[in-house]
Amino acid sequence: MSAEIRDIAIFTTLAALAATAVMLVPGVAVAWLLARRQFPGKALVETVVSLPLVMPPVATGLLLLWLFSRRGPIGGLLARVGIDIVFTPAAVVIAMAVMGLPLLVRTARAGFEQVTRRYEQIAETLGAGPWRVFSTVTLPLAARNILAGATLGFSRALGEFGATIVVAGSIPGRTRTLAVGIYSFTENGQDRQAAMLLAISVSIAFVAVLASNRLAREA
Amino acid sequence: MAAFDLDFTLQQGEFTLAFSVKVEARALALFGASGSGKTSALEAVAGLRTPRRGTIAVNGRVLFDSERRLNTSARSRRTGYVPQDILLFPHLNVRENVVYGLREGNRPDLRVLVELLELSPLMDRGVGSLSGGERQRVAMARALYSGPDVLLFDEPLAAVDLPRRRRIVDALLGIRDELAVPLIYVTHLPEEAVTVADWALLIDNGRIAASGPPREVMPAD
Repeated sequence: MSAEIRDIAIFTTLAALAATAVMLVPGVAVAWLLARRQFPGKALVETVVSLPLVMPPVATGLLLLWLFSRRGPIGGLLARVGIDIVFTPAAVVIAMAVMGLPLLVRTARAGFEQVTRRYEQIAETLGAGPWRVFSTVTLPLAARNILAGATLGFSRALGEFGATIVVAGSIPGRTRTLAVGIYSFTENGQDRQAAMLLAISVSIAFVAVLASNRLAREA
Repeated sequence: MAAFDLDFTLQQGEFTLAFSVKVEARALALFGASGSGKTSALEAVAGLRTPRRGTIAVNGRVLFDSERRLNTSARSRRTGYVPQDILLFPHLNVRENVVYGLREGNRPDLRVLVELLELSPLMDRGVGSLSGGERQRVAMARALYSGPDVLLFDEPLAAVDLPRRRRIVDALLGIRDELAVPLIYVTHLPEEAVTVADWALLIDNGRIAASGPPREVMPAD
């Protein structure tokens, strides 16, 4: 395996792990809110969170490009403190996180919905406040689903292409991921490199989905 | 002796539970057939169901008063509740379940409690491996150890075998007396109501059909 292939595999795995870490806290929070609370605009939140699942990934990438470019609302603010996102490894992580988030939220939400409300009520009668109920009862009982959702989100992040290529490009040694690499190598007629990346992609995705399914079954 | 002031109406779909009783007792038994409303009444005291109107006060502490718009949260009611469906936390072992309640308050010595409820050999076991009777004893220990101001037990011995049940009732009453905590005890067994309580309410179809000393209230058969 060439150094380039190895670096792409390592970078993609690290970026997908970082994206999973980035999406975990907001994803679990949104999943809990959707499962346990009624609030104005809930349908809107549900829809927005699920949008990346149904929108063309390239369109999501374009949206991210607008948000994070120097003239965009978020990119503009970050530029003032000297942070550039677009066409950097950070853009890869953001694109992966946005695309993986819906899978995490949906699976974690199902986990929270499976936790019998009565367990939480019993914890309340024993004097536990909202945070203690959540951290000692709800979260542990939903943990397997959350882990399964995080694994699915990680798998989705690994295979992310459309949004990544728009917002991060395909810069060798900087933003080139497995999926983007396969595309670039194929375009350039480097079929052997493309095939190696393909084999790596299949292997990682296979293990991740297997793990996710097993966790979801045991939840 | 504790004062129980249970004067409330609770609506559950078509079913109406209407309680109106003020009694002084150490232990109050709610006795009646399945579906009569005993569990709903207990859940109203625990703060898990909200009455449509009325007052719930135990030992002078008002937990619910619709006129004053007072509805103390389940968390702050300081109840030691053993639900009929037991609901031990499945991801915690027996010891972790028993010590879950962290309130400051009047609680028995853990070792004595464990001994009296015959839980010593179970403490490090997962709750999934326990029998129904064992689960009920753990749930009682969890409620008793939580530093409660009032104990709410819903058929807590239904799955405990008969010889052990007598020992556990004696232990339970001993702990209750030591803690001087009032008890509301739901049962459908007359002998249990007589043994545990010094006052009983006979519940029939959401209403209090009779109220008095257990031996007088219990149906003759």
